[in-house]
Amino acid sequence: MSRNDVLVTVDWAQEHLGQPGIVFVEVDEDTSAYDGGHLEGAVKLDWKQDLQDPLRRDFVDKSAFEALLSSRGIGNEDTVVLYGGNNNWFAAYAYWYFKLYGHRDVKLMDGGRKKWELDGRPLSKDAVERPATQYTAQDPDLSIRAFRDEVVASIGSKNLIDVRSPDEFSGKILAPAHLPQEMAQKGGHVPTAKNIPWSKAANEDGTFKSDEELAKLYDEQGYDDGRATIAYCRIGERSSHTWFVLHELLGKPDVKNYDGSWVEYGSLVGVPIEK
Amino acid sequence: MCGAPKQGNGLAGIDLSVQTVIQGQVWHDGAPVAGAYVRLLGTDDEFTAEVVTSPEGEFRFFAAPGEWKVRSLAPVGKGERVISAEVGLNETTVAIG
Repeated sequence: MSRNDVLVTVDWAQEHLGQPGIVFVEVDEDTSAYDGGHLEGAVKLDWKQDLQDPLRRDFVDKSAFEALLSSRGIGNEDTVVLYGGNNNWFAAYAYWYFKLYGHRDVKLMDGGRKKWELDGRPLSKDAVERPATQYTAQDPDLSIRAFRDEVVASIGSKNLIDVRSPDEFSGKILAPAHLPQEMAQKGGHVPTAKNIPWSKAANEDGTFKSDEELAKLYDEQGYDDGRATIAYCRIGERSSHTWFVLHELLGKPDVKNYDGSWVEYGSLVGVPIEK
Repeated sequence: MCGAPKQGNGLAGIDLSVQTVIQGQVWHDGAPVAGAYVRLLGTDDEFTAEVVTSPEGEFRFFAAPGEWKVRSLAPVGKGERVISAEVGLNETTVAIG
């Protein structure tokens, strides 16, 4: 696995729009951005409506994922190129999700919507219709997903990477500052977690830093290559960004994303918290 | 939710006795800048949040009392402003030179 296998540039994306066998997918929580203009031919996935179970806090199950991708006209053999707003947070989450359900060839567009917009590249408002497919998903690959009990058991033994901002890590604020600060959970972080914000891995235009810069970053922050790793944030999308960096770009083994993240951990009764 | 909401809505429903709201507009060349990326930098100048300005150039953050930096990135250029925020409404304008 190398950077070119998992990441495409905006130039590459623009050159490959409309090419058979490649499906561009915009992923956002608020899909009004897509509706206001998207990459030509790109389909949309709504992080909440499409990827979250409508009742429980969890993913959609395998059959619902198959139905979703079939309805969007995504086939098992297609190369899926994901991009989105918020510095690709939700696109990175979708990438991890596609990997969890075993999609063969999935990539992120480096810089996402922001880089595309800042470059002044063309956006389309045309409705996109793709013929339905018969998508078949694999059983979820739980080697890349961590659950709460594993997180608690990992205190002091695994690399726990808290990728939120220093002010969330310290408990000064409870959510990224574009959201009202009204949350049920306690402020703080999992004991022994290192605070390596996701943003340290990205340039201001939303693109990822170079492999050399990324390797240096985690090295300097005390990442222990001899240990397994769990990344978390507030709801698991920023930590997908870091999971992508560690597992897909840097090729580190045994890295999991804890998508329950602080919304779950900070609400658990009896678990240790540090501030 | 965790994505940035659409900017420029009113303050209805926001409890200003509890929330520390930092909001304002991005301006360039005598006009508000729509679609500018605005980020809030907190401790150690680290990224805390980022939103895209409304058609009227508006942005809004929910922070905590203290010093913050608001930085704007748009195709027309960059601007930056330091703000000392308190509980309630804190308004500022970021000019792109």
